Amino acid sequence: MTNSGAQKGTPLDAQPVGRKGVYPYLKRTPLDVQFTGGKGVSPYLNRTPLDVQPVGRKGVYPVVRLDALAPDIYLMRIASGYIAENALPGQFVNIRSCEGINTLLRRPISILRVDRDKGAFDIVFQVRGKGTGMLAMKKAGDTVDIIGPLGKPFFINESFRKIAVVGGGIGIFPLLFLLKEMQSAEKTVFLGFRNKECIVLSDDFEKACDSLHIATDDGSAGRKGLVTGLLEESLDNGQTFDIIYACGPGPMLKKVAYLAKKHNIRCQVSLEQRMGCGIGACLVCACKTKQGDDWDYSHVCKDGPVFWSDQIIFDE
Amino acid sequence: MNLTDNMADNINMQVEIAGIKLKNPVIAASGTFGFGREYAEYVDLNKIGGISVKGLTLQKRRGNKPPRIAETPAGILNSVGLQNPGVKEFIEKEIPFLRKFDTAVIANIAGNTIEEYCEMAEILSSANIDAIELNVSCPNVKAGCVAFGNTVSGISEITRKVRAFCKKPLIVKLTPNVTDIKEIAKAAEDSGADAISLINTILGMAIDIHKRRPVLANNMGGLSGPAVKPVAVRMTYEVASIVKIPVIGMGGISSGDDAIEFMLAGACAVMVGTANFVNPEACVDVAEGIKKYLEKYNYKSVYDIIGKLELNE
Ligand SMILES: Cc1cc2nc3c(=O)[nH]c(=O)nc-3n(C[C@H](O)[C@H](O)[C@H](O)COP(=O)(O)OP(=O)(O)OC[C@H]3O[C@@H](n4cnc5c(N)ncnc54)[C@H](O)[C@@H]3O)c2cc1C
Ligand SMILES: Cc1cc2nc3c(=O)[nH]c(=O)nc-3n(C[C@H](O)[C@H](O)[C@H](O)COP(=O)(O)O)c2cc1C
Ligand code: FES
Repeated sequence: MTNSGAQKGTPLDAQPVGRKGVYPYLKRTPLDVQFTGGKGVSPYLNRTPLDVQPVGRKGVYPVVRLDALAPDIYLMRIASGYIAENALPGQFVNIRSCEGINTLLRRPISILRVDRDKGAFDIVFQVRGKGTGMLAMKKAGDTVDIIGPLGKPFFINESFRKIAVVGGGIGIFPLLFLLKEMQSAEKTVFLGFRNKECIVLSDDFEKACDSLHIATDDGSAGRKGLVTGLLEESLDNGQTFDIIYACGPGPMLKKVAYLAKKHNIRCQVSLEQRMGCGIGACLVCACKTKQGDDWDYSHVCKDGPVFWSDQIIFDE
Repeated sequence: MNLTDNMADNINMQVEIAGIKLKNPVIAASGTFGFGREYAEYVDLNKIGGISVKGLTLQKRRGNKPPRIAETPAGILNSVGLQNPGVKEFIEKEIPFLRKFDTAVIANIAGNTIEEYCEMAEILSSANIDAIELNVSCPNVKAGCVAFGNTVSGISEITRKVRAFCKKPLIVKLTPNVTDIKEIAKAAEDSGADAISLINTILGMAIDIHKRRPVLANNMGGLSGPAVKPVAVRMTYEVASIVKIPVIGMGGISSGDDAIEFMLAGACAVMVGTANFVNPEACVDVAEGIKKYLEKYNYKSVYDIIGKLELNE
């Protein structure tokens, strides 16, 4: 193995096992990235092409930036005037994490917020497996193939004056967009995390609401315990809300739904389920819902992800 | 540019299957394209040869418990369990929508008993559809259809009995979960099938090693997507070489080149399933890909390549 001399910092000491080795390929840098379709987009753009038009709701958009917020949690800004204009809080996008078949299905990720002036939107995702792992390897200037915005948004009404927002773990992300769109209401936010290291975007949430309460499982930040404990305490202390919005793990949503019912407050929850098509055709994303006196399977991608909590039949 | 456009226009993409004329040989596969409605926003349904709708049962079915899908290498496992509104609601609510488009409509049906299949075939015979596809091969429901699809006697009986009630072209869809697909195909042909489609999904399983449980609530499910393509091509070849009725091939098709493999192996038409989830325009892309291939090799018609495979010595 001789030195190509082309790059500084190439690990010249990579030794193969037998004749099998892993070597760097350093000829292309992100600045070479070429775009097709006439309009070139600089990899470091902050003003974005508002004119990329999707087919249906499917489009290929450039990544503006990718930042690590915490270990394994990334914020990706994507330039899409179409999605920035059309997205509503609670909706998600279905992203292809790579071309080819290394991962096949799209991955559903909530819309964190939109920047309508710049024609861009943000998502935050946690690396869980192959798909999110590949998304985390994208660079500014790469493109992503997205279908969205998809799904039913949160129900927002001008008459809601006092709202509570409850989020757990990666379920907090669609809630920021909701807070931003409910300017005039008084907003109390309860967020739950595993520990201090997992807390992300707390400044953004702080700014977007009137009071922020945090709980962690181990007590390393905020109150020790479950986020639903904070909500329960507040309700028991006589706080009232016109509506509660919640997104997070199943047991959390079940408890929030229970508390809302107990205190006679309307409540919306955003659910997760494994998806195929994301557009209501394949029927894989089933969740149990009430239909009159009976029940049926509704579909998270199309009938949800946001549901009224009293419609949902939570698993035992 | 103009020249190639003209050449492309001279290529005849039409195929005929059991008397149904398809404008091109690409059909959306049952269960992956809903009732067409969901995809209408993304593709011009007029550009698709046909649509095989979500598998119908006599009564509405809720389907299986979620999770109903797992991603596996180059494929997916599903266990939807035939969730559908029932054949009556399909006729009232979905056919009128589908009929707004210039595309063939195929009703895919499944039942728990032969009587149920017959009753559905009878009801659908007077509905505004082009053909009936018998799903004798769904791996995702406990009682019923798979049992008919995996023995010669089962497939003969169901095909013969349904045939007596079915006034539409009858396509029998085969399961790959059998030892010898050829004898099953032959039995379907001998019992009155007008065409054969294959393959349905391959029974599979995926395990979440952290929970030490299957990923699917149903434990097992049907494998589809690129991973199954070589198996599907082999079975299409075996079946097409033994039956005289038209064969519709499917399993892992996501491009024109994939489709060409099936057609060379003897398929008159292809169905595109899982690929729709990844790329909602997959059916149209496959049709365009077929056309490009024909153009490249100066063929005038799809029929110039059907079954034109030459085996190695
Ligand atoms: C409506 C909705 C909104 C979501 N919003 C966010 C978000 O804002 N940020 C975020 O980090 N995550 C979000 N998720 C979860 C995210 O979709 C999964 O973490 C992701 O799909 C995992 O993919 P993977 O390839 O990394 O993991 P793998 O486990 O390798 O994925 C295997 C398969 O399972 C599916 N899958 C695995 N976990 C989930 C899950 N929890 N929900 C749905 N499908 C899953 C994958 O999509 C893929 O098809 C959301 C899920 C839904 C349904
Ligand atoms: C989610 C899903 C649902 C399906 N439902 C049906 C069905 O209702 N009836 C049927 O005959 N086949 C059904 N199939 C099988 C497909 O029509 C097709 O035979 C199979 O997926 C192989 O093709 P593919 O690899 O292109 O997907 C289903 C497949 C999937 C992935
Ligand atoms: S993911 Fe296909 S219907 Fe919801």
